[in-house]
Amino acid sequence: MAPQPITPAADASNEILLAATGVSKRFGGVRAVEDVSIAVRRGEIASIIGPNGAGKTSLLNMISGFYRPDSGSITIEGVDTTRFRPAQIAALGIARTFQNIALFGGMTVLDNIMLGRHVRMKSGVLSSFIYWGLAQKEEVAHRERVEELIDFLELQDLRKQPTSALAYGLRKRVELARALALDPKLLLLDEPMGGMNQEEKEDMARYVIDVNEQWGTTIILIEHDMAVVMDISDRVAVLDRGRKIAEGTPAEVQRNPAVIRAYLGAGGEGRGQAA
Amino acid sequence: MSGDITLPQLLRRNSESFPERPALREKDRGIWQTYSWRRYWEEVRDVAQGLAARGFGPGDKLSVIGENRPRLYFAQLAAMSLGGIAVPVYQDAIATELAFVLDHAETSVVVAEDQEQVDKILSLKDALPHLKLIVYDDPRGLLNYDEPILESFAALQAAGREFGAANPDFLTASIAAGDPHALALFSYTSGTTSRPKGVMLSHANLLSVAEGIAAAEGIRPNDEHLSYLPMAWIGNSVFSLALHNWVGMTCNFPEKPETVQRDLRELGPSLCLAPPRYWESTLTAITVRAADSTWFKRRLFGFFRDIAERVQLCATEGRPVPLGLRLMRAVGEVLVYAPLRDQLGLRRARLVYTGGAPLGPDTFRFFRAIGVNLKQVYGATELSGVCSAQPDGEVDPDTVGRVFPGIEVRIDDDGEVLVRSGGVFQGYYKQPEESRDAVTEDGWLKTGDAGFLDRRGHLVIVDRARDVGKMEDGTALAPQFLENKLKFSPYIGEAVVFGDARPFVAAIIAIDAATVGNWAERHNIAYTSFQDLSARAEVRQLIRDEIGKCNASVPAPIQIRRFLVLNKEFDADDDEITRTRKIRRRFVAEKYAAIIDAFYREATNVELSAEITYEDGRKTMLHSTLAIGDVDEATAVADAPRLARERVPAAAG
Repeated sequence: MAPQPITPAADASNEILLAATGVSKRFGGVRAVEDVSIAVRRGEIASIIGPNGAGKTSLLNMISGFYRPDSGSITIEGVDTTRFRPAQIAALGIARTFQNIALFGGMTVLDNIMLGRHVRMKSGVLSSFIYWGLAQKEEVAHRERVEELIDFLELQDLRKQPTSALAYGLRKRVELARALALDPKLLLLDEPMGGMNQEEKEDMARYVIDVNEQWGTTIILIEHDMAVVMDISDRVAVLDRGRKIAEGTPAEVQRNPAVIRAYLGAGGEGRGQAA
Repeated sequence: MSGDITLPQLLRRNSESFPERPALREKDRGIWQTYSWRRYWEEVRDVAQGLAARGFGPGDKLSVIGENRPRLYFAQLAAMSLGGIAVPVYQDAIATELAFVLDHAETSVVVAEDQEQVDKILSLKDALPHLKLIVYDDPRGLLNYDEPILESFAALQAAGREFGAANPDFLTASIAAGDPHALALFSYTSGTTSRPKGVMLSHANLLSVAEGIAAAEGIRPNDEHLSYLPMAWIGNSVFSLALHNWVGMTCNFPEKPETVQRDLRELGPSLCLAPPRYWESTLTAITVRAADSTWFKRRLFGFFRDIAERVQLCATEGRPVPLGLRLMRAVGEVLVYAPLRDQLGLRRARLVYTGGAPLGPDTFRFFRAIGVNLKQVYGATELSGVCSAQPDGEVDPDTVGRVFPGIEVRIDDDGEVLVRSGGVFQGYYKQPEESRDAVTEDGWLKTGDAGFLDRRGHLVIVDRARDVGKMEDGTALAPQFLENKLKFSPYIGEAVVFGDARPFVAAIIAIDAATVGNWAERHNIAYTSFQDLSARAEVRQLIRDEIGKCNASVPAPIQIRRFLVLNKEFDADDDEITRTRKIRRRFVAEKYAAIIDAFYREATNVELSAEITYEDGRKTMLHSTLAIGDVDEATAVADAPRLARERVPAAAG
């Protein structure tokens, strides 16, 4: 049921999973994203960094179908998805988490994650009402996958807790679990470590790497914490005021003078922090 | 008989006598998965053959590190099947402690639960010349490790099946050739005084204890046990390896440490062993939850708790229980006690033990009062864990019960308890001198505990023999006795009492962060951290009142006069307490010499700089000024417990 583990990212084929070509998005007079092109290869962890308002989340929203680009195109596995609605994107196996956690507070951890499998469920309303037979069999199979994720993300003791009662870091983890429940081939993470303390960040970074290793999931990560980004990314793209100003391996990006100027602060003060 | 069989031989016999009965149960992905005795044997067989294929042989040592997981048990029995020795280590040990034990034991194979433990071992690799193989259970995060000495559990077992196909009779012969008196297990003592020592135990040692418990307590094959204590603790090895195989009962493993309480409730085990710390914190949790509930429930709980404790007191003192009280007890059973036992997962518990350290009499009385058959067991790692337990119907909080059949006990002239049994260990590994000192020439183990035998033949332990002191005026003082009394307060997490060769008794208190925090919230006291909370004057007053309560029940000379609320918890990483949560008194006295000095200088506060160790081994200094509190003399209660009068002089004699 889970995507087949592929060979580790290092020798992954150079096949492009997602390509955005010259996409732009304006909100009234504000140019949120302007003529940005990125290409993400299958099996890699790609990060998008940039100062506040650089257009990172807007770009992610266009990829996941929440916004429609004003110009440019997006293809996923060669399929032009520029005009797709979010549900269609999700059906292609693209999952995301949100900057501001979007869980159902009154529902348990288990139910929230089960919900993530909804698009994978096939039994219709009628057979679900009857429940026994097909629907039950399907539910058991889905529950098995969900339990695998609970085990993977170490949420065993929280199964029956309503998510509203959980600490912030744990809610982020539940959100990741729900996104993973989709068995995504591409996972979009919008600041998964935002607002976390150091220990929680390290845990989350560990999970992101493990997801990538274990299931070969391709990951696009938006993150503020430079140390984490530089540590776990295969490639980094830097946005500033809606434009892409640099792209490359973490080491290349860290050396890029334009990046140091725009993002890390003049004089390269940020480098120590990023190293 | 226990003297003529090894643990692997027992496993084989069980797998042939009742192959389909459940041996182990593990909660995995939310569902209890059962391993039959046949499957248990097959798993052990594959691991053993895999180890043989990797060159593991007689006398080699295998360490397991992690939470209770079936595979770690397979590995231990597999090592024993090849004539090797299992060396379980504490999973929360910091790197330096771990390096010491693994190096000292000359471990050649480590079976680790997960990536965290593997990382820890890999970081020590260079300091461990004997280490040849690391096997991991959970592969998560380990896929891309490029370490030649690293192998997955599944791969080891696959290699074992291959080896088995090529050498079909090898393992059977190896197990049949097993010597019951050969070494089976090294249990590293937590060491309240010094470096851990490797206690060497044979198959016969472990099984003689299992035989003793099974006979004295009537353990049955259909008993269910939940293994959730540290695998390195001897008590766990005795129950989950020796007794498990001896009786053929079922061992269950919780999903993860955080789910123990829920798993306990789902299972309702019939057999339960836990250290005093567990019972103390459970009682604390009950008290807090009662205080947080509605007015009616709180009153109901308080009322019936009182009833239960009065009934229990009558029972321990041998007085008949008045009819009215008995009726109320019956009502309470329906309304409070049975639901409470159910919540605690003790609904079906037939035999419930506390051991490893003394349990405060009040905690003990509480659990008995609500109908939990809690009994004290006594033992030492050097005695293969356990040597005595209280028989049903003769339970009281002061004793550790009667020794098991076949075990002899006597008190030497200094009041030290000596024991002779089939469980007496084979010596400390690579420490011949200490080994000789531990046992008398005619085979009695010196337990290091001061105690006496009461009228019924029950053993009563007063304290560690060397800790029983004399105050300036000659009054004998057993610090642990007072500490246990203090710890009955839900607000006091740990206490260390001083008074040897001093004019009065003083105590260092570490508050229980959860309960005091909760108390502070209820009283609108704002605080930021443990340090801040512990320094609040209100908290000091709270602790003063709690000490007052304790003082009221002990004779005037040993009442606590001065105290200090410490700004941190006692922590095993700081060496203040052992991994089994016993206070390392001497170390604490040395570390906090400034405080003790201030107690007796009549100072009102003390400057303290303490070194604290983070989980990753980093250290930092903590400077602070702590206030010392005074306690007024409590009017000595006429009904000072029998304990205080009887025990202390006995120890002094």
